[in-house]
Amino acid sequence: MIQDIALFLQTAIIMGTPLLLATVGEILTEKAGHINLGVEGMMMIGAVTGFLVGFATNDPLLAALAAGMSGFLSSQIFAFLTVSLKANQLVAGFVLTIFLTGLANLIGSNYGNATLSSEFTQKIGAVAVPGLSRIPLIGPALFHQSIIVYLGIFIAVSAWVYLNKTRFGLSLKVVGENPSFADDAGIPVAVYQYVHIGIGGFLSGMAGACLTLVIVPRWQETVTAGMGWIAIALVIFATWNPSRAIFGAYLFGALKGLAFKFQGTSIEIGGASLSLPSQILDLFPYIITIAVLIAITLGKRRENQPPRWLGKAYFREER
Amino acid sequence: MRGKKKFAILAVLLLILVMGFAGCSGGSDAGADGSAGDEPSAGASEEASADAGESTGAEAGDGLAPIAKENIKAAFIYGSAVGEEGYSYAHDLGREALANEGYEVTYVEGIPETEQFEKTVRDLINEGYNVIYATSFGYGPYVEKLADEFPNIYFNHATGTVTKTNLSTYMGRLYQSQYLAGIAAGLKTESGQIGYVASFPLPEVVSQINAFTLGARSVNPSATVNVKWTNSWYDPVTEKSAGLELVNTGSDIVIAYLDTMSAQIAAAEKGAWAIGCSTSGAKVLPDVYLTAPIFNWANFYTKNVQDIVDGTWKPDFQFLGLETGVVDIDPLTGNNADGAAEKVAAAKEAIIAGELNVFGGEIKDNEGNAKVPADGALTDEEILTINWFVEGVNGKIEAVSE
Repeated sequence: MIQDIALFLQTAIIMGTPLLLATVGEILTEKAGHINLGVEGMMMIGAVTGFLVGFATNDPLLAALAAGMSGFLSSQIFAFLTVSLKANQLVAGFVLTIFLTGLANLIGSNYGNATLSSEFTQKIGAVAVPGLSRIPLIGPALFHQSIIVYLGIFIAVSAWVYLNKTRFGLSLKVVGENPSFADDAGIPVAVYQYVHIGIGGFLSGMAGACLTLVIVPRWQETVTAGMGWIAIALVIFATWNPSRAIFGAYLFGALKGLAFKFQGTSIEIGGASLSLPSQILDLFPYIITIAVLIAITLGKRRENQPPRWLGKAYFREER
Repeated sequence: MRGKKKFAILAVLLLILVMGFAGCSGGSDAGADGSAGDEPSAGASEEASADAGESTGAEAGDGLAPIAKENIKAAFIYGSAVGEEGYSYAHDLGREALANEGYEVTYVEGIPETEQFEKTVRDLINEGYNVIYATSFGYGPYVEKLADEFPNIYFNHATGTVTKTNLSTYMGRLYQSQYLAGIAAGLKTESGQIGYVASFPLPEVVSQINAFTLGARSVNPSATVNVKWTNSWYDPVTEKSAGLELVNTGSDIVIAYLDTMSAQIAAAEKGAWAIGCSTSGAKVLPDVYLTAPIFNWANFYTKNVQDIVDGTWKPDFQFLGLETGVVDIDPLTGNNADGAAEKVAAAKEAIIAGELNVFGGEIKDNEGNAKVPADGALTDEEILTINWFVEGVNGKIEAVSE
């Protein structure tokens, strides 16, 4: 039983890692006042780029960087449309997803049968920390994982420190809350927006590569299968807080496994056996997100609110 | 200022439009690219459609007329992308076999089970295609409608249920191969637990799982088959997650009745064995791959087209077993238990000879109710509508609305 739970937690954490990367990226983007619905697409382009580079070079670091760069460049299309041209952010992000999903599937269409070398998968696969990985219950989850898991936690914590303990983070929050105040204070609003949309794209690209290099690990058509949308939901769930995103991402990762745990089990109530349809469990992430959204709207706690300027274009001349 | 803003809005609209188009063509280009090699040059296609038109005129009263080999234009419609493995890929190998014999063939992939199928087929017929192979179950209503509308076109619907004068249906008795794969798994498993990842609880899928379980228990009476549903035909990450869950909870062999090998890859990572589906997985997972129930659709398609040429094509329901070679078992790899290959070969011979009926003999469901008496067997009708698991399956059939 203990072993069961330990392995379940291990799976939950690795499944939650791409969500964590994409969520932290989207939090930084939204903190700059921009909501980028292109996460799913940027994950796709990162997934295919990361896989192709990993396949060709056998170098995990290079593959991750290339995936990140592809996401970064894609996000700059969004940044140009929404920051410079003041386009509607929802439409621009959505179109970005459609465009990049098609593009990624086109690029990857000839690599469905390609497999990564065992040398590569060993470099990036799960490594057991001697001793620690044998701790009951939490050992495998925390100390028998791919390097990407630790990288994900590191990035999330760094993002939290950046937002809450540095001047840059403070300025970023001002940009997202009220860009004209930021402008008055001499903060270069557009630069902040471009940079943080870029970081968001970079992390989304890496999240996609995490799927094709570590989790699946192969290129498969439309491999993200909606994960980017869950990441956007997770931003709300985490109330724009990167450290809460760690918990949220692993929880959502666990829900996927939990759906399988519940399959075939039924609860006896008064002689009638009641089983929980697995489709209901698949809905959980979204139901929880809506519940959190309602809770923070009703709760009105300052630190849990979305950036006030989120989704709006900033016209400097019209202040 | 206002002018500048207007310009900006225009520029944005333009960019979005361009990106939108690029996105769309990105998707469909993949299909067009793939089939371009098989498409005839414009001239040839015109000629062929003119020919088809002539023969239609001459034979209109009689309905279906034989088509000369050089005038046959066969089109395959797949529900998913062909890819490199799985269900559509298996059909596509059959298409390639026709192409190699000099038939004019094409394919379209990733066509959903909606009006889009109807439109696609209309376009193909307009281009002169006169033999249609619709490979996905859900095309049913549209195939029936089109068959009525185009009485001179040969329609063939895989896994279909309705036949008409020009509409034939065909499917493989893959469950027989599943039974054989079950034997290999039953001999190999040490924990006595085998994981089975499947899409939806449809009769077609349930019959596969049942046959597999019966095979496993024929050599290992205490073996259990744990079933996990993914509620999707295609979702690599969920499949992987299901595979991990199965191995984590004690299964030491994983098989999936799906289009990708994600679940089996999960098994490999965790040190469990893998059984493929529809096509061989020997290349992808050489170290842990045992075998796979497979299709050799080439055997069906070459005969079917030959029947059209000879004028012996008949609209009927063809349920093709091991004896036709359409379904088979991938040769067992060296990873299998000692003696497994012999046992599988013996069972295969017995099935072909008619001595062994997979769904014959005493069968109980997994709640202990007797379903088949010792001297009985399930009829084809019962196999195709089965909605209960045999004893030894650890899983539940939920109602599906699909």
